[in-house]
Amino acid sequence: MSATMLTVKELNFYYSKTQVLRDVNIEIPGNEVTAIIGPSGCGKSSFLKALNRLYEIIPGARVTGEIIYNGGNLLSRDVDVVGLRKEIGMVFQRPNPFPKSIYANVAYGPRLHGVKRKELDRIVEESLRKAGLWDEVKDKLNKSGLDLSGGEQQRLCIARCLAVEPKIILMDEPCSALDPIATAKIEDLIYNLKQDYTVIIVTHNMQQAARVSDKTAVFLTGGKMVEYGETVKIFENPENKIVEDYITGKFG
Amino acid sequence: MNRVQRRRFAQATAFALLAFATFLILAIMVGIISFVASQGIGAISWEFLTAFPRSGMTEGGIFPAIVGTFYLAMGTTLISLPLGVFAAIYLVEYSYQGRLIRLIRIGINNLAGVPSIVFGLFGLALFVRHLGLGVSLLSGSLTLAFFVLPLVIRASEEALLAVPQGFREGALALGATKWQSVYTVVLPTAVPAILTGGILALGIAAGQTAPIIFTAAAFFTPRLPDSIFSPIMALPFHIYVMASESAHFAVTRHLQFGTALVLLAIVFGINITAIIIRSQMRKRRRW
Repeated sequence: MSATMLTVKELNFYYSKTQVLRDVNIEIPGNEVTAIIGPSGCGKSSFLKALNRLYEIIPGARVTGEIIYNGGNLLSRDVDVVGLRKEIGMVFQRPNPFPKSIYANVAYGPRLHGVKRKELDRIVEESLRKAGLWDEVKDKLNKSGLDLSGGEQQRLCIARCLAVEPKIILMDEPCSALDPIATAKIEDLIYNLKQDYTVIIVTHNMQQAARVSDKTAVFLTGGKMVEYGETVKIFENPENKIVEDYITGKFG
Repeated sequence: MNRVQRRRFAQATAFALLAFATFLILAIMVGIISFVASQGIGAISWEFLTAFPRSGMTEGGIFPAIVGTFYLAMGTTLISLPLGVFAAIYLVEYSYQGRLIRLIRIGINNLAGVPSIVFGLFGLALFVRHLGLGVSLLSGSLTLAFFVLPLVIRASEEALLAVPQGFREGALALGATKWQSVYTVVLPTAVPAILTGGILALGIAAGQTAPIIFTAAAFFTPRLPDSIFSPIMALPFHIYVMASESAHFAVTRHLQFGTALVLLAIVFGINITAIIIRSQMRKRRRW
């Protein structure tokens, strides 16, 4: 059991007047994969956006509560959001490589943060290797990231995220736009990433949650977290009847 | 007529009406161009394009007017493009989309409907007189820049709005500040579309007469402009002068059409450049 990475306390999330998360309490352990599952509209994606404060760019979005990270509340006003997002990276539902070369995509973050030019080559190679993409792209680093297939684009986005050396990686349904083979590659990758990173993955695919995660949190419509625990236990022996119904596909 | 026949008739009528409107526009355009071309082609010569007017504009060429139009177009772009792009970035990327911003947008759209002569008078009052810039290339460029600004802003706004939200989120999630996300990802992605809008605005500026009558244009200059404070000759104004102010307007008819032909060619050239950039950009775009 690893040390707690994030402690979420009484988290509420609103879009204008609509509340999408209600009093969420959760402790996310380091160097593990935590899956967030639940039906559409249960606030899973909003939960991720609260963790790196990306909700701030959505007009009308607002949160209350605390998210303790490194001994401080990362929702507090005086937190340096840029520094926070460096440590808490994100991979999105639709692969979103920039319309730049593969190299420039991976080097984007380090360049922003002032990494010296002579170190970039090493960072780009390392990040692409970790994302399992190096062998496929090493001869075409100057090609546009948009030339890659969907699965490769998503691994490029993961490499781009790794290049800024985050501690936590948030993944928002990273495979929902991909075919099964590309999905399998990303899942293997997620499994390996937890040696060095803490991964929080939102998914609507329960098999995926069961395959890749150590812990699972189940959110239900209305934004309440109804059960959280070891993935094995959630899937084999849930405490909550609604969770059992959801997992066995009675609704969702 | 039964129901089916009636519907077929209505269909055929609508089709004919719509086709008629389209081909009428095409015919008018071809008519204007071929008329100007047939009347003006005789005047076009190397001397016409490269010499100064002579003998009270009844002979010689239109070189200073071509140069003047070129300078005006450049000046207008240099002023309106940065201003318009910055305003568009503010409106799209930074501003809270509330009532004030809606009002500003309405204002910008209304500005696009203000008659060009009003811009001319405004330029005369503000730049020429109040700021003391005189009748000059600078005053004319400023006035034309304000005239095309609504177009530039709108084209730039549309270009920015067409950039996928995922690019912004991706940059911000990597720890970019708002401004870094704009200038490293959003703006480079939008540049071809912004340029297209800017070039189209340039073509419109090059053809304007009213905004420059009081602010920049001179009847005749013996030399090419040597500073931004020089009055200049310009093609549209040159046509206007030869056709209405000159004592020899009947004698110079072919020169007027020749000048009009040159102006048309320049404006078309500018527009075609914009169209080529746009089609190149569509080919490269894959998001």
